[in-house]
Amino acid sequence: MKNRALYLIFAAVLVLPFAITNVNFQHVMIMFLIFASLGESWNIITGFAGQTSFGHAAFFGIGAYTSTVLFYKFGVSPWVGMLLGAGIAAVVSVIVSYPCFRLRGHYFAIATLAVAEIIKQLFVSWDYVEGATGISIPVVEDSFIAMQFHGSKIPYFLIGFALFFLIVMVARSIEKSKMGFYLKAIRESHEAAEALGINPRKYKLLAMMISSALTALLGTLYAQYILYIDPFMVFSLEISMKIVLLSVLGGLGNIYGPIIGAAILIPLSEYTRVFLGGTGKGIDLMIYGALIVLIACFEPHGIIGLLKKRGKKRGALYAKTNA
Amino acid sequence: MLLQVLLTGVLIGSVYSLVAVGLTLVWGLMDIINFAHGEFLMISMYTTFWLYALLKFDPLASLPIAVGVVALVGVLTYKLVVKRVANAPGLMALLATFGLSLFIRNLAQFLWSPNYRFVSESLLTDKRFIIGDLIIGLPQLVAAVGSFAMTLIIALLIKKTKTGRAIQATAQSKDIAELMGVNTERIYAITFAISGACVGVAGALLANTFPVYPECGAMYGLLAFVIVALGGFGNIWGAFYAGILIGLAETLGGFYLGTQFKYAIAFLIYLLVLQFRPKGLFGW
Repeated sequence: MKNRALYLIFAAVLVLPFAITNVNFQHVMIMFLIFASLGESWNIITGFAGQTSFGHAAFFGIGAYTSTVLFYKFGVSPWVGMLLGAGIAAVVSVIVSYPCFRLRGHYFAIATLAVAEIIKQLFVSWDYVEGATGISIPVVEDSFIAMQFHGSKIPYFLIGFALFFLIVMVARSIEKSKMGFYLKAIRESHEAAEALGINPRKYKLLAMMISSALTALLGTLYAQYILYIDPFMVFSLEISMKIVLLSVLGGLGNIYGPIIGAAILIPLSEYTRVFLGGTGKGIDLMIYGALIVLIACFEPHGIIGLLKKRGKKRGALYAKTNA
Repeated sequence: MLLQVLLTGVLIGSVYSLVAVGLTLVWGLMDIINFAHGEFLMISMYTTFWLYALLKFDPLASLPIAVGVVALVGVLTYKLVVKRVANAPGLMALLATFGLSLFIRNLAQFLWSPNYRFVSESLLTDKRFIIGDLIIGLPQLVAAVGSFAMTLIIALLIKKTKTGRAIQATAQSKDIAELMGVNTERIYAITFAISGACVGVAGALLANTFPVYPECGAMYGLLAFVIVALGGFGNIWGAFYAGILIGLAETLGGFYLGTQFKYAIAFLIYLLVLQFRPKGLFGW
């Protein structure tokens, strides 16, 4: 019974781009899948373990760059690059998080932001990966091995869906496992968790590793989809913040939050861009920003909070989904 | 040469400090990250620029006006946005102020285009002292001295006046401050006004030397976050020293390693210092 809402979401997402074959809509669906999955990955370290990361673009960028550089320089399949990128992101996350986990609260959050900015600067001045110019991925014929499809967006959508499914399931199994409870104990009180015999640093590192590896997977997909990357794009604070915003908007700390948040925020940002972005005057981002402010002001408990309230009143489906 | 680099670092650092002081006040008081702080700075710079372009006001003359404008923006931000999200869980206040910063930045782009604009002639333009090998630009010097003076005024205000003590009390405990008869709503609004006034001063002084464009506040805002954390949240003098430190790190790093690394060095300093002082230089 409890899983019904989740499977309904999966089914709906999977059917939509086949039902509505408009190319713009399919694009929005792909971006939705990428960002919902990014939110899910981020949620593992921030929503579950309470360690706010403002620097997830670092891992996203590492994923994008690993597969792109391998394909660009050596012709290695992006699928290999994707896995390798996840591995590298996990290693980097441990190296940078180990010292950062000494810090608590905002001090940690600002540290993740600093780390991401430093990594961005390094890529900007790293000539081997073309520095600030960025890399255009060499276009080849449609092929699954090279993860390039020019005729239709559906293959990208299906890969995105597979990653989305995988990541939601990973997040869900963490949430239900002992580790999920440990992480939530650490979130509520570091000291109390420690007193209960949990090793907070070990579990925070583990959560960070999983979170950053999953984030890197999406970096590869994004790079293959856009076919061009540069450091200002994939390592940007905008990406880090978009991940934070959509998860906060949906509701922190449960697996539905990022899905709901992305379902609102991504169409909002993509469609305002499509309809109003052509003028180059920033009207699209202006309206996008204003809508974010309005949503935050009138629904300060997140959309999940709203649904919970309704759910309690009516005894509906949503109340159960957040147990 | 080293002396010149150090001096440049201190001068720019002093302005960073003032921007950070404005941010740390709100952060320390309400535990809210104002993401639109850099945009406040941008508003101040545009105010100064337009007063110059349309009415031939010297940036120094428009400083009080810029202060007033941004202070008002600060109060409105509190009354219209922050107040509604202040007690929401998690990072909702961050979401709201981030949306606000996007809105303000793109509103500026919509109204005034993304072009760089300059205050090309003012009382201070191109004036400089030369002491031995050392060159001190007057605009930079005035910006640094002005920033320091404003920081001093704010610190005294917080420490010595009744309102200042009420701000301190509210920061320590909102409920108890209310029991003592403090109108905390008013205190929050006043703090946002003071925070705005800080960037108002900084913006008017920066407009003398830096181009004005919709994104011009973004980097200052980002550095201000790091400086605030480096100094310890809510600590005015902490923010001041941290600002100088970041200014120095940036210019020294830029000089010895290349300008493309100057911000990376500043961020690295934060990570290093926090290893020894996990709550910032002056936090506890």
